[in-house]
Amino acid sequence: MYETGTYKLKSGLAQMLKGGVIMDVTTPEQARIAETAGACAVMALERVPADIRAVGGIARMADPSVVLQIMDTVTIPVMAKCRIGHFVEAQILQSLGVDYIDESEVLTPADEKYHVNKLPFKVPFVCGARNLGEALRRIGEGAAMIRTKGEPGTGNVVEAVRHIRQVNDEIRWVANLPDEELMSAGKEMSAPYELVLEVAKLKRLPVVNFAAGGIATPADAALMMQLGCDGIFVGSGIFKSGDPGRRAQAIVAATTYFNDAAVLAEISRDLGEAMSGIDIMTIKNEDRMQERGW
Amino acid sequence: MAGKKVGVLALQGAFTEHEIALARCGARPCQIRTELEIEAVDALIIPGGESTTIGKLMLSFGLLEPIRRRVKEGMPIWGTCAGMILLAKEIVDMEQVRLELMDIAVKRNAYGRQVDSFEAELEVEGLQPSRGVFIRAPYVERVWGHAHVLCRVKDKTVMVREDNRLATAFHPELTNDLTIHQYFLRMLN
Repeated sequence: MYETGTYKLKSGLAQMLKGGVIMDVTTPEQARIAETAGACAVMALERVPADIRAVGGIARMADPSVVLQIMDTVTIPVMAKCRIGHFVEAQILQSLGVDYIDESEVLTPADEKYHVNKLPFKVPFVCGARNLGEALRRIGEGAAMIRTKGEPGTGNVVEAVRHIRQVNDEIRWVANLPDEELMSAGKEMSAPYELVLEVAKLKRLPVVNFAAGGIATPADAALMMQLGCDGIFVGSGIFKSGDPGRRAQAIVAATTYFNDAAVLAEISRDLGEAMSGIDIMTIKNEDRMQERGW
Repeated sequence: MAGKKVGVLALQGAFTEHEIALARCGARPCQIRTELEIEAVDALIIPGGESTTIGKLMLSFGLLEPIRRRVKEGMPIWGTCAGMILLAKEIVDMEQVRLELMDIAVKRNAYGRQVDSFEAELEVEGLQPSRGVFIRAPYVERVWGHAHVLCRVKDKTVMVREDNRLATAFHPELTNDLTIHQYFLRMLN
């Protein structure tokens, strides 16, 4: 009579997050600032991507205490990250009762070949993707929400822009193919055939697609929304800036009024210093988090 | 109701899903983000989403008073999930910005977290059975005044009508079933 853990419930929560901003937080205090600013969810983690990048070493799932404290502090949904392929970290996060798991390239991958089989979990998963094939492989494994990878911890939106443009290009391509070419298209992208058919029919991804990886200003958020993203993840961009509360609130407003330049101009004023940021060209290939994932 | 202009508050949440359902019913849906747009619609839906986010944006962008005024003048309004929370006069054990338009006390995240979200068959008073999708859903703990209970699930109230105001804890916009949308559109006559 009552069904739980269905795919409709998993993808449905992502639909409820649309038009909103999901903020990385590392402490209950930051979680409260994010909620007060209007975040639609928070991502609980031990370090924001900029610090993971700076510290180096192996980045793992957060300490359960950190996650639980943040869950106790806010009423909005709480997400947490597990390493790519680390299904035991995912099992632990599910048992803590987090609302979404991000199988994330921001953490050091635990498996060089396979992602988590996300279908048997009751908790929904979000995964990063740089192109349509990658997005459809993750959905095939059970992800109920997709986000661009961008390049996390850089405050540089260029990679997120590249990834959403790539996904949109490939969706337009697939949507215009005659039926007999769809199997080969799937083969070319290494994507499950049934999902290629669905994209051809829907002319969009079958799940919600957020922007992530480098968003640092209200204008960045509005740019990603105008490019067709359904909502925004902000990692380091808020708590590595001069005035996190104000900036967070402005990014929330920009994600709603993304098409209204007058509003964007008003809310972009006097936000204090943005995170300093990194030019992608200066990051060696092997240090690029977006290269993680298969 | 054919051709009636029905606004969906598009600040945050699942507003496009309501637009699709409304269009399938023959109504004319439109997204609402400004006071000016509120004046131009025959009815309004507050969609599911994050109630604290939507409430803060309504406050920051001056939408609370215009919506309250239009509803008190008779405009039909329907809140789903977060929308139900925003319509409630009382929220159990919590304080947050809201419209305070219905005589109901709502408990947030009342069934638990996401892993406790569920689908269930619904028996709504006077309607065909339909499917209810409950996502981190609230329920109504208490009603008073003109508020009338239309549906209960797991011994909790999940749908309430009060004159021109309707609230559901579940998401008809996530199913293909138009029963509840058609019910709301009949409130426009």
